[in-house]
Amino acid sequence: MSAEELAADLREASEAGSSVRFRGAGSKFHWGAAAEGDATVISTAGLDRLVEHNEGDLTAVVDAGARLADMQSTFVSAGQMLALDPPGGDATIGGVVATADSGPLRHRYGTVRDLVVGMTVALSDGTVAKSGGKVIKNVAGYDLAKLFAGSYGTLGAILQVAVRLHPLPPRTATAVGVGDDPAALAAAAAELTHARLELQSLDVVWEDGRGAVMARLGGATAADPAAEVAAKLGRHDLDSRVEEDDQPLWDHARGTQRSEDGIVVRVSGVQDQTRTVLERARDLDARVVNRAAFGLSWITVRDGAQVDALRNALVPSPCVVLDAPAEQRESLDVWGPQDSGAVALMRRVRERFDPAGACAPGVLAGVG
Amino acid sequence: MTVPTELVDELRSICGEEHVPTHRHQLRTYESDGLLQYAQVPGAVVLPSSAEEVQRVVAACHRTGTPFVARGSGSGLSGGAMPVQDGVLIVVSRMRRILEVDLPNQRVVVEPGVTNIAVSEAVGPGHFYPPDPSSQIVCSIGGNVAENSGGAHCFKYGFTTNYVTGLELVLADGQMVQLGGKGVDVPGYDLVGAFVGSEGTLGVATKITLRVVPSPETTRTLVAFFDSTGEAGEVVSELVSEGIVAGALEMMDNLAIRAAEGATNAGYPQDAGAALVIELDGSEHECEARFDQVVALCEDGGAWKVRVAADEAERALIWRTRKAAFAAMGRVAPNYYVQDSVIPRTRMAAVLGRIEELGEEYGLKVANVFHAGDGNLHPLVCYDGSVDGEPERAEELAGLIVKTCVDEGGSITGEHGVGVDKKRYMPSMFGEDDLATFQRLRCAFDPDGLANPGKVMPTPRLCGEVPGPYRRHPLEEAGLAERM
Repeated sequence: MSAEELAADLREASEAGSSVRFRGAGSKFHWGAAAEGDATVISTAGLDRLVEHNEGDLTAVVDAGARLADMQSTFVSAGQMLALDPPGGDATIGGVVATADSGPLRHRYGTVRDLVVGMTVALSDGTVAKSGGKVIKNVAGYDLAKLFAGSYGTLGAILQVAVRLHPLPPRTATAVGVGDDPAALAAAAAELTHARLELQSLDVVWEDGRGAVMARLGGATAADPAAEVAAKLGRHDLDSRVEEDDQPLWDHARGTQRSEDGIVVRVSGVQDQTRTVLERARDLDARVVNRAAFGLSWITVRDGAQVDALRNALVPSPCVVLDAPAEQRESLDVWGPQDSGAVALMRRVRERFDPAGACAPGVLAGVG
Repeated sequence: MTVPTELVDELRSICGEEHVPTHRHQLRTYESDGLLQYAQVPGAVVLPSSAEEVQRVVAACHRTGTPFVARGSGSGLSGGAMPVQDGVLIVVSRMRRILEVDLPNQRVVVEPGVTNIAVSEAVGPGHFYPPDPSSQIVCSIGGNVAENSGGAHCFKYGFTTNYVTGLELVLADGQMVQLGGKGVDVPGYDLVGAFVGSEGTLGVATKITLRVVPSPETTRTLVAFFDSTGEAGEVVSELVSEGIVAGALEMMDNLAIRAAEGATNAGYPQDAGAALVIELDGSEHECEARFDQVVALCEDGGAWKVRVAADEAERALIWRTRKAAFAAMGRVAPNYYVQDSVIPRTRMAAVLGRIEELGEEYGLKVANVFHAGDGNLHPLVCYDGSVDGEPERAEELAGLIVKTCVDEGGSITGEHGVGVDKKRYMPSMFGEDDLATFQRLRCAFDPDGLANPGKVMPTPRLCGEVPGPYRRHPLEEAGLAERM
């Protein structure tokens, strides 16, 4: 399928009064609130080209249906990477962008909103429009890529994105500090967040009653600075060590953002809530990965009462349900309370981009 | 006065008589921003002192159907804050309170008139605010948000948009809305991301939450001199392919070197074809490991002199010389026209060659000062405004330079914004459907088109009513007509 065909399918469905959902690999298709009505599913599977890889410019142009992992292996073979490492090996670029999913590399490189420099979209009236460009610095026109990043398909279909790439660090090493005291883990993470270090990633993981601060160094040097960081962790009474073969650690950390049988709550908090997050996790026997410098946490709990308990403990930080078993999902408030003024403005945006209300209605609660 | 008298009276009652200047000579001080080619005396000027006053001013404008333009320090370089004749200019320079420094969470909350440098000063020396436009001593955060300002260090650290997590806005109908906050990935659309860089056309930011980050442990700076920009450009390519992410990579050509040297006496060789400033920052380990490699790459790449800053004073001199380049153009010609185009970095040699050709063809000098890491060129087209026809020739030449950059896959503007200056180039990057889609965002925020009208979009556009859900026309139902 071509982008034009997808846009035509979208227009036809919209004109026929049908609602539409866009689907890449389907790995996050159940995220968001339940869609209203029976939606026609439009797949991006046929849009899977790596359109351009401009090595010298550290940019690439990619179709929405391309698998992130496939693209990544091409970039890696040139000593580069797209610094997006959300969990889920099958995920397509379009799906990652539409849900603004991210992984541990966010610490150093930012997330979808920071790495997508241009975007082509299709709207429900069949319009195909582009914004941004394919250079890493550009302020011409509105930044519609940011609007579509995390829009869950409610504004239109993402067809293609231009992204910024980064050089792959020649070496990595990770300092790990393990302990069972949330206060010590949070204090260690806070010290590293505020230290004059250039970490590639900084996560706190908690599971089975214990936690670990994980700080990854990447660059021309890695093991020596990692040893210094490990020493800092040791001073917080954590069992510290350096892992040079560190990829499995990080695969595990990002894997903790997903669950097949639990309810994953993503908390948009602040750094000094890390201790509370870990204490709640201990009390609820929950699993956590906390991206310390951003106050972001993914907490896996078992039922709706625990979701409510987290929301109460972390108020006013937004707590959004991502994964949840189908039978529990229906009774959950996926998005939680939101600012009514902001939601009203979002609704106005949606009305302009999708006046027919065809694109994923209901998925973004309150907005459309 | 071209705004209703009753409105001016109301502005006075909101902000106080002394904050609504009315003498023509007072109004004239606001007729341009940093781009003096464009001037328009505003209908009225008001200097509110709080978000609440901004809200009341905008509500009064909306009630009377009066357009308004927000202005920070007026240092912008695209005419983005140029007033409109029948409108109100809302100057936020009295709103310069730092409302909160929340270092444990690495956030600073400011009013829009706070200067860029004041944010770094509030959190230094342990932390800093990375976007650093050359005008950072005077330019305002409100203006930075409007323009999505960059700076010399944005190749590594990113732009304003990467550091704004929350906004309080006054929309064009006078409504106040809170977007985002201190956290990231908040539910719903990233309207903060859509607003940053919208050049004042979506409303007025009255409170801005910024992310600050730890200062680099160390900084190493050098300037290397080459025979040509081509050689220096090759070295930049080498650095990039070696995976070296410099904090800053800045290049000046011979004309820019001579002008800047005249202003600062930094001891730059007047016969150098190119000066390349390379700054590495970050951890000691990393800088140490990389710096010798950088020096070697410069020497192998044809640098005949590499000057390493031994201390902070020498580093400051290197930067002062780079940042003086714009102002020093007065030594080359009475007037200059600055462009802000971006090219894919690998096209640099071809584009610089073409710029040189065009300069010869037009008989005008073009100096080049640019951010070499990200391909953001600042060609300075020098001319004499008193010579008949020369301003027009300079403008035409500048336009051809922009076209060359867009043809190479670049952009018409990297950090200065479209404003009034570059809106005529927008169709070279965007088609009618793209522009119409931009307009959808504008209409969602400001359906009456009152916020900073006449900027960004190449032609004025109106917003229609939001159409209801699509219904097939009876003729379509009957198969007698098709929608094209």
